[in-house]
Amino acid sequence: MIAFHMPTLGADMEAGTLVEWLKKPGDVVARGDIIAVVDTEKGAIEIEVFDAGVIDRLLIAPGQKTPVGTILAMIRAPGEPPGVAPEPVAGAPPAVAARARISPAARKAAGQLGVDLDAVEGRGPGGSITVADVERAVSGRRTVLSASDRLAATRAAVGAAMARSKRDVPHVYLSNTVDLTPALTWLRAENARRAVTERLLPAVLFIKAVGRACADVPGVNGFWTDKGFAAGSGVHVGCAIALRGGGLVAPALHDVNTKSLDVIGREFADLVARARAGALRSSEMSDPTITVTNLGELGVESVYAIIYPPQVAIVGIGRIVDRPWVVEGRIEPRSVVTVSVSADHRAVDGRGAGAFLTAVERWLQEPAAL
Amino acid sequence: MSAAPAKRTTYREAVREAIREALLRDPRVFMMGEDVGRYGGAYAVSKGLLAEFGPERMRDTPLSESAFVGAGIGAALGGARPIVEIMTVNFSLLALDQIVNNAATLRHMSGGQLSVPLVIRMATGAGRQLAAQHAHSLEGWFAHVPGLRIVVPATLADARGMLWTALEDPDPVLMFEHQTLYNMEGELAEDAGPVDIDRAAVRRPGGDVTLITYGATLYTTLAAAETLAAERIESEVIDLRTLRPLDMETIFASVRKTRRVVVIDEGWRSGSLSAEILARVAESAFYDLDAPVARVCSAEVPIPYPKHLEDAALPQAPAIVEAVRALMPASVSR
Amino acid sequence: MTTPPSDHAVHLLREMLRIRRFEEKCAELYSAGQIRGFLHLYIGEEAVAVGVMQALTPDDAVVATYREHGHALARGIAANALMAEMFGKQEGCSGGRGGSMHVFDAAARFYGGNAIVAGGLPVAVGLALADALAGRRRVTTCFFGDGAVAEGEFHESMNLAALWKLPVLFLCENNLYAMGTHIERALSQQDLPAKARTYGMPADSVDGMDVLAVEEAAGQAVASVRAGNGPFFLEARTYRFRAHSMFDAELYRDKAEVEAWKTRDPLRLLQDRSLVDAAGFAAIDAGVLLEIADAVACAEAGTWEPIAHLTRDVYTPALEGPRERRAR
Repeated sequence: MIAFHMPTLGADMEAGTLVEWLKKPGDVVARGDIIAVVDTEKGAIEIEVFDAGVIDRLLIAPGQKTPVGTILAMIRAPGEPPGVAPEPVAGAPPAVAARARISPAARKAAGQLGVDLDAVEGRGPGGSITVADVERAVSGRRTVLSASDRLAATRAAVGAAMARSKRDVPHVYLSNTVDLTPALTWLRAENARRAVTERLLPAVLFIKAVGRACADVPGVNGFWTDKGFAAGSGVHVGCAIALRGGGLVAPALHDVNTKSLDVIGREFADLVARARAGALRSSEMSDPTITVTNLGELGVESVYAIIYPPQVAIVGIGRIVDRPWVVEGRIEPRSVVTVSVSADHRAVDGRGAGAFLTAVERWLQEPAAL
Repeated sequence: MSAAPAKRTTYREAVREAIREALLRDPRVFMMGEDVGRYGGAYAVSKGLLAEFGPERMRDTPLSESAFVGAGIGAALGGARPIVEIMTVNFSLLALDQIVNNAATLRHMSGGQLSVPLVIRMATGAGRQLAAQHAHSLEGWFAHVPGLRIVVPATLADARGMLWTALEDPDPVLMFEHQTLYNMEGELAEDAGPVDIDRAAVRRPGGDVTLITYGATLYTTLAAAETLAAERIESEVIDLRTLRPLDMETIFASVRKTRRVVVIDEGWRSGSLSAEILARVAESAFYDLDAPVARVCSAEVPIPYPKHLEDAALPQAPAIVEAVRALMPASVSR
Repeated sequence: MTTPPSDHAVHLLREMLRIRRFEEKCAELYSAGQIRGFLHLYIGEEAVAVGVMQALTPDDAVVATYREHGHALARGIAANALMAEMFGKQEGCSGGRGGSMHVFDAAARFYGGNAIVAGGLPVAVGLALADALAGRRRVTTCFFGDGAVAEGEFHESMNLAALWKLPVLFLCENNLYAMGTHIERALSQQDLPAKARTYGMPADSVDGMDVLAVEEAAGQAVASVRAGNGPFFLEARTYRFRAHSMFDAELYRDKAEVEAWKTRDPLRLLQDRSLVDAAGFAAIDAGVLLEIADAVACAEAGTWEPIAHLTRDVYTPALEGPRERRAR
């Protein structure tokens, strides 16, 4: 008899509410079949089964909120007679775990990271669970779902979070059009001296400028909690990264204000690669103290983004465009960009947000000092 | 490291140079074995040394493995520094009594009074269609025995450098030279000299899998590592160099990094050195493993004569590549 | 009036008696469980070891068998150290590691104590080779029994030593039995000197119950070897009075045969020939018994090697620094 557990679909998922069963006792299930829908903080998620067999018993009724790890159903292995297995003791390690192929290193990592191995899909040799699988699980991505399900789940999770943010968080929006010509001129000169692989992207300047500005105006850098605003312990800038096939993650670049552009450039490239490979670390998902979303490459001129709670601010970067600009009384073509900030008014008012936005602009005028 | 000029040489010449150096350096050193003198050595290793050092120090022996190995032990007890050559490892079985019952035991059994500073060199391994009585890899057997030190030079530098260090060792050292390596050519520093015989060497660094080997399969393994690199699997290749005592520190450090380990050993798998290494990994690095331990060993048959069967019996690069792929996640292997 | 016994005869008698009494005590201690492992007694063969040792100098080397208490005592290893070894105490001559079958004493150039039949012969050849290479005029005496003559290592070693003209005295103690197998059931050619001569080395045979004869024959053999004539093979025809080891029912030989040989007890032969009277013998014996009692007391007072030392001396303790540096 195989126990089917309430999966842990993310590090921050503690419980789920069973919405409905898609299978009933006696139904034959194959590995990968969707057998239930579970509602989470991030929305309703279809959950799949990892064993083949026949549904023997459903132990939890729809509508019940149950902690992760709870046994939801019992599945008879192929050929196993019905109802012979003793009732499993809740909380005891499931019988299946003893037979699961879990590498010793993965077991150790799961213990250290608090990951329920029953919810981890093994992609190692022979379907075994390896360290990489555990790390993927803690990255908060819906690794347990198929590609299309994963996309839907990601959208659902992001959607749920955004809905809550828009509903609960009083946003204040400010924006500035910033002359980027000095920064781009500096960047061109700088990149001319560099090997192709070491060239800097404008995005790196934005991330660093935001980091610097956070240090100048710490009121935007941190979290809204039950007890009010809590300043971040460092400046960890979340970078919104669009995933291939859809979806969005915003993992952190740590301690941005103290790192050189080179280091940020390297780490950013690594972060993008790992985000797209599904190899983010859990700390990267939970650590951002502020987020930057850059939609410029999509041709968008400006973006007023929704805050990722419990963060209190998000910076939106638009497309860099050439515009007629008045410089010292003359009209000149300049490269400009619209930088916005959305701030949680409970934590920071328009004045504080404005100071922050001005600081970002000032840093972008002094690229060499970044 | 010295920047001394390098010269083109062979493994055979490197071993010969090492013997020559030892004979020049220490009047207590002499060499004996079957056909080492006039014939010049079955593998021509000692060619020319008889003329240079004379028949007292480059002694041809009758076909009496037990007697001349035992005589090496006695001579070592008597203050000499003998180098004994056994033509091939299969013949060493005729001297097992002396090696295992005397050389390995005398120090311990005498309460530390005696030591046997003896070096026994022998050819080992297959690859030359020499069939089932001249081509086995039995060094793992000797590595079973406390009291012996087992070294396996795989590179020119080790072929050149291990002998003197072994002669300096107060205890018996068995040196296994893979017969396919004698013709190996390469660059060797002009001033190449003694090397340590304590540590394994990382011959290729990598982060995805640890490949442990020694002797001639080092090159098979390096070739496999090259193939794997094209698949973005980075292998760390460890050349054991010394089979007893094993340098587990180097092995553990690598396994902790890569979490995957394959041993490549021309010896048979059952009751083998590869088994010993992997047992120790499982004992001490179990929680670092992310995949089952794996081995590529010789087929469990006496080494056959025909080339295609001999090849099939020995660890080959494609088998190593396959063994590694089987340990990698589905997204990496194909 | 008879002439008093010579000092030398008394010396020989005392040496043989030391062995006899030492081993009798060993048999007693073995039965009491204080000595364990295998215990092979030399009683009856004392004249061989004692006679041969008279011909050797302290510089010479001795390689013996697992029936070697007699050789060890005659070679000058103290009874205390030997008895402590029997007990397995760390005061033993092999630190207690070897026991009865593995007696070593580097200072006495006593290289075992080899419990592999014929295993000591190649080693003896090597010891002699080292001397030859270094130009030292020393003799290595290698004791072995008639059983060893059937081993390949015997033939390999005889050949090699003769081929290289090495200074080895091959001393075959022919006591007629390889454990329980009589020589007639083991060797096609029982004329052992004849066998040795086929290797082109001089060979002789001597009454191994007669210590004076052994002494003389060994003296000649050693002189030949020391003179540079290469190895020498000497057969000493002898007999062990006791069983092969302590746990041996002696199914393979008649009591009458043993009793017949006992009439030629080497101690009695010498006593008779050297005119040591009963009182003289008793005086010698009293001294010997004191020595043995002291040896037992020392062994009993001896200490056990700490288990923590178990793996010591498997290899020579590492010297300072890695081997590479030492190598330079």
